[in-house]
Amino acid sequence: MKVLMKGNEAIAEAAIRGGCRAFFGYPITPQNEIPEYMSCRMPQVGGVFIQSESEVAAINMVYGAAGAGARAMTSSSSPGISLKQEGISYICGAELPCVIVNMVRCGPGLGGIQPGQGDYFQAVKGGGHGDYRMLTYGPSTVQEAVDIIYDAFDKADEYRVPVMILGDGMLGQIMEAVEIPPMKDPATFPKKEWATTGKGYGDTRRIINSLYIKPDELEEVTNRLFDKYKIMAEREVMAENYMTDDAEIIITAYGTVGRIAKSAVNILREEGIKAGLLRPITLYPFPEKEYKKLAQRKDVKMFYCFELSMGQMVEDVRLSVDGKKPTLFYGRTGGNVISPEDIVKAVKSEVK
Amino acid sequence: MASIKISEEVCKGCALCVTACPKNILRLSAKSNKNGYFPLEIFKPEECIGCANCAVICPDCVIEVER
Amino acid sequence: MATVFKKTSMLTDAPSHYCPGCTHGVAHRLTAEVIEELGYKENVVGVAPVGCAVFAYNYFNCDMQQAAHGRAPAVATGIKRVLGEDTLVFAYQGDGDLASIGLAEIVHSAARGENFTVIFINNAIYGMTGGQMAPTTLLGQKATTCQAGRDPKVNGNPIKICEMLSTLDGVAYVERVALGSVGGIRKAKRALTKAFKYQIEKKGFTLVEMLSTCPTNWRMTPKQAMDYVNEEMQKIYPPGVFKEVK
Repeated sequence: MKVLMKGNEAIAEAAIRGGCRAFFGYPITPQNEIPEYMSCRMPQVGGVFIQSESEVAAINMVYGAAGAGARAMTSSSSPGISLKQEGISYICGAELPCVIVNMVRCGPGLGGIQPGQGDYFQAVKGGGHGDYRMLTYGPSTVQEAVDIIYDAFDKADEYRVPVMILGDGMLGQIMEAVEIPPMKDPATFPKKEWATTGKGYGDTRRIINSLYIKPDELEEVTNRLFDKYKIMAEREVMAENYMTDDAEIIITAYGTVGRIAKSAVNILREEGIKAGLLRPITLYPFPEKEYKKLAQRKDVKMFYCFELSMGQMVEDVRLSVDGKKPTLFYGRTGGNVISPEDIVKAVKSEVK
Repeated sequence: MASIKISEEVCKGCALCVTACPKNILRLSAKSNKNGYFPLEIFKPEECIGCANCAVICPDCVIEVER
Repeated sequence: MATVFKKTSMLTDAPSHYCPGCTHGVAHRLTAEVIEELGYKENVVGVAPVGCAVFAYNYFNCDMQQAAHGRAPAVATGIKRVLGEDTLVFAYQGDGDLASIGLAEIVHSAARGENFTVIFINNAIYGMTGGQMAPTTLLGQKATTCQAGRDPKVNGNPIKICEMLSTLDGVAYVERVALGSVGGIRKAKRALTKAFKYQIEKKGFTLVEMLSTCPTNWRMTPKQAMDYVNEEMQKIYPPGVFKEVK
C-alpha cells in the first residue's frame, strides 16, 4: 500500500522496519527530518534515540551500541560525515555492522544546503585513516532508498561492515509515493557471539577493538577486511542498464543525477540518438564489469559521466573502461542540479 | 602470625610497598627477576602483622597477605 | 590462616605494561575489586580510552570495548542504552582523554545523566605519548610542551573536572580521591563502591576522579611521585565529594 512520504522520513521508517533499534544523530540540513522522525518513532518500537552533542559523539555511540550487538544507525550531511570519519575508520577496524546515511550537500567547507555529490571519494575510497571500505549505495529514488536501507542492516551484519547510503539533499527532501516493507522479525537476525553483552568473563569475554601493536596482527586484520570486500564485490554489486543494449553513447550517473539522466536518454532517443544509461546503485563495490562489457562493444562510441561535482566517480569509470573508449565528463557544483536538457545538449554536442 | 606471598617475577621494584610497611620489614632484593627488576623481599617475616598496606599500595598485585 | 588480601579474579593474568610505581595499576585493581564485590563480574562492559590505559582491555577480565581518544563516554552511552539498566558499564579514562579531546563527550554524558560510572585518572600529564602538558597539568609544572613550566598566559589554566561536572543536574555522584597513600587508596575504593552502587540504583551519571602518579614523565621516583600527589596536586585538586544525590 503506497503512502506519500518525504525521502528522509521514508528512509527513517524503512530503517526501523529493517530492524534498526538504536539511532544517534545531530541536526544538519538537509537531513534533519531523519533524527526528528526517529525521536518520535524509536520510543514507539522500544528503541534508543539520542540527539548527541556532535556528529563525532554520534558515530562513537553507534560504535558502542553496534559493539554491544544492536542494529545501530546514524545519519548526517557532508560536513557532519566529515566529522565522523575517524569513528568510521574505527568501526571498520573493529568490524562493526551499522548503517550511516549521508544526505550529501554541496561543499567544500560550509558550502551550501543544496544537493551535491562531492562526497563520493570520501565514501568509496575511505575518508578516514587507513585501508578500509564501506558497502556504499547511491539510491536515485525514495523507493530505491527505502528498499536498500530495509536490507542494509542484514548486509551490515552479514559482512560486519558499515553500510553507507549516499543520498543527497534532493533525495531527502522530495516527497514520493512509496511502499514501506513490513517490520522484520528480530528472530531472523543473526546471533552476534562477538558482541559485548556484558556476559563474557575470562576466556568467554569479548573485546571490540581495532588496536594491534604487532604489525603481523594488524596486517592479518587488514587482509581479512579486504578478503571480505572481494566477496562483497562478487555478491553485492548492483547497477541498472537502461536502453544500453544498442546504445552508442553510454551516459553514466548515479543517485539523483542517475534519475535525471534517464529522462535525458528518453529525449535523446526521441531525437534518434542511440543513448543509454549505466547507473551504478552500489558505489562500492563499483560495478566494474558492467562498464567493461559495454566498453568491449564496437558500436559503443563513448562514455559520458554526469555528476554534481568536479568529477569523482568519473575516475572509477575511466579505470573500468581502461582506455578502450573515451570517457567524457560534465559536472555542476555549488548546489546547481544538472537538468535533462543539460545532458541532452552535452551529448548532442559530441554527436556530429 | 601473618605472612605475605610475593610474586617476584611480576614485581617491578617500585618499592612503594617498602615505604608503606609500618614495620619496615620490606626491602628490594639484590637479585633481579627475569625482567631485570629487583623485586620485593621480606627480611623480618616474623614481624609481619598482616595489615596488607603493602598489598594495597602495590600497583601490580604482587603481594598476597594471610593472617 | 585466612587470606587478607588476594588478587581479584576480575583482573586477567596479563602482566601490566605500566611503569614501575604507576598508580594506574592500583586504579585497575580497585575497579576490578569493586565490580567483583558487587557481584557484577559476569554482567559488566568496560570501555578503555586511548592513553596509557589503552591496553586496559587486556587487564579487565570482562567484555571490553576500545574507544577512540576522548570518545569513551559516547561509546559507553551507546552500550548502556542498548544493553539496558541491568548491565554495569564503566569508562576508564585519563586526563588527556577526558579533560581535553573528550571534554564535550564527558560533559554531555553527565548532563544527560547517562547511567554509567567513569573512572577518571588525573595524573596531570600525557603519559603514553611521552610527557606532554595536559589540561590538568599544574601551573609551573614542567612537561615536554611547556618545558619552562606551565604558564597560564600561554598554556591556560588547570581544569577542575569534579567541580565542573558537579554543576550538572544529570550527575548523581562525583568524588575526587588521591591514590598517593594507602589511606587515600582505601578511600578511593569506598568512593568507587558508592559510584557503582549509585549506578546499580539507576541514579544517573557517576564519576570518581583519582589523582594518580606518573613517575616516568614527572621524572621522579615512585615515592616522590606519591608525595607530589599528596602535597602539590591536592592543593589544586582537593579531594572530596562534590555531588551526591542520596
